[in-house]
Amino acid sequence: MKNWWWKIVAIALVLYSIAMGFIGNVPHLNILNETIRNLYFHVPLWFAMLVQMGISWFFALRYLNGYNIKYDMLSSRAAYVGGMFALPGLITGSIWATYTWGKPWVAEDPKLQGVMAAMLVYFVYYLLRALIPDAQTKARISAVYNIFAFIMTFVFIMIYPRLAPNSLHPGNGGNPAFGKYDMDNNMRLVFYPACIGWILMSVWLLNVLNRMKKLQYNLDNDEKIN
Amino acid sequence: MNISNIIALLRKEFLLEFRQKTSLASILLYVLSIVFISFLSFKNGIKPDVWGALFWIVLFFAGINAASKSFFTESKARGIYNYTLYHPTEFVVSKIIYNILLLWVVSICSVFCFSWLINYPVQDSLLFLLTLLIGSTALAGALTLMSCIASKTGNSYSVMSLLSVPVCIPVMLMSLRLTKNAIDGLEWSVSYKYLTGLLLIDVIIITLSLFLFRYLWKE
Repeated sequence: MKNWWWKIVAIALVLYSIAMGFIGNVPHLNILNETIRNLYFHVPLWFAMLVQMGISWFFALRYLNGYNIKYDMLSSRAAYVGGMFALPGLITGSIWATYTWGKPWVAEDPKLQGVMAAMLVYFVYYLLRALIPDAQTKARISAVYNIFAFIMTFVFIMIYPRLAPNSLHPGNGGNPAFGKYDMDNNMRLVFYPACIGWILMSVWLLNVLNRMKKLQYNLDNDEKIN
Repeated sequence: MNISNIIALLRKEFLLEFRQKTSLASILLYVLSIVFISFLSFKNGIKPDVWGALFWIVLFFAGINAASKSFFTESKARGIYNYTLYHPTEFVVSKIIYNILLLWVVSICSVFCFSWLINYPVQDSLLFLLTLLIGSTALAGALTLMSCIASKTGNSYSVMSLLSVPVCIPVMLMSLRLTKNAIDGLEWSVSYKYLTGLLLIDVIIITLSLFLFRYLWKE
């Protein structure tokens, strides 16, 4: 119970948010209507992805400071988990956009451009890791790319949408928002647990993948890490 | 960090460039042929906004061509020799300065190629020039680091272009926006925030390159 209570919390919160996401009460806004329920799925998935990419970035920095292969494992696994969460985030967003904006992909939206850039960065990161055979070189080079690319993506996601305020996302440029005005307290009761639940889920996934990688490493190498 | 070392390294780069004139010539030839192909493809003339997009795409790939040489030509033995002589920051500063100058030359030459073969729709030339200089500085900084990363993998050139595209998207988008403003001859007050954004990206890219290069250099 000491170490795995948070996994139970994660399952409970995610199940709760899925159930309440479909049957709970939502305010009926123009255009959005029932599609506002996507808030419970789409946004927490992105949050989980951002958290994983932050973890990946942090451990890339830790790796460069001392070259401990343990941190490279965490960093690369977190990047993989981030990618895994990006895909359903993208799909839920596209389904929602089909019914709200009329098409699954609106190229002019700076948030979509940012997401595409972030996904490209991480696909290239996986490719780069696959291209370098030697473990230490792979770790070093990909950590450098990770740090550089993360900051560029962060700049892109954080600065560019503010310069070009024509995002179609709810809450931007005068569109009906999930945020300040339209999310009533009923929705908050589902939205915040959903965020926490999905982030915990992603951390759990990272934990499992990292342990797998560690076992594999200890099988292949003479010097063990714990 | 020692200024005289940086100057010595830069002098070496320029000497190499002028001794084997083929490298700069090949980049300019590349630009010229791409512009010629575009001229042939767009029979009915190019609309101003397409012109901007085309210009930056050509410049981007010419930049990849130009910057990819900065580390691919370094042999392993010379790398070790340099490693004993210079601090990594000196080395990367010289490479970045050299690439910035190279990209400036390439971008000015592409403007000439475009205006000669296609047309020159820009109304606000000063803003366009400023965009070119700041934008290609950012490209040069990012491409220098990417070329170093790519030189560590086996098949370098294709990896280099793959690595560079996603990290250069913000630079490209900002430059495109500014170029469009320059083509339309909009008020400068509209463009200030993009100019400062681009300058900020310049600073971020160059600081990151200086900080990260030392980890790449050590074998």
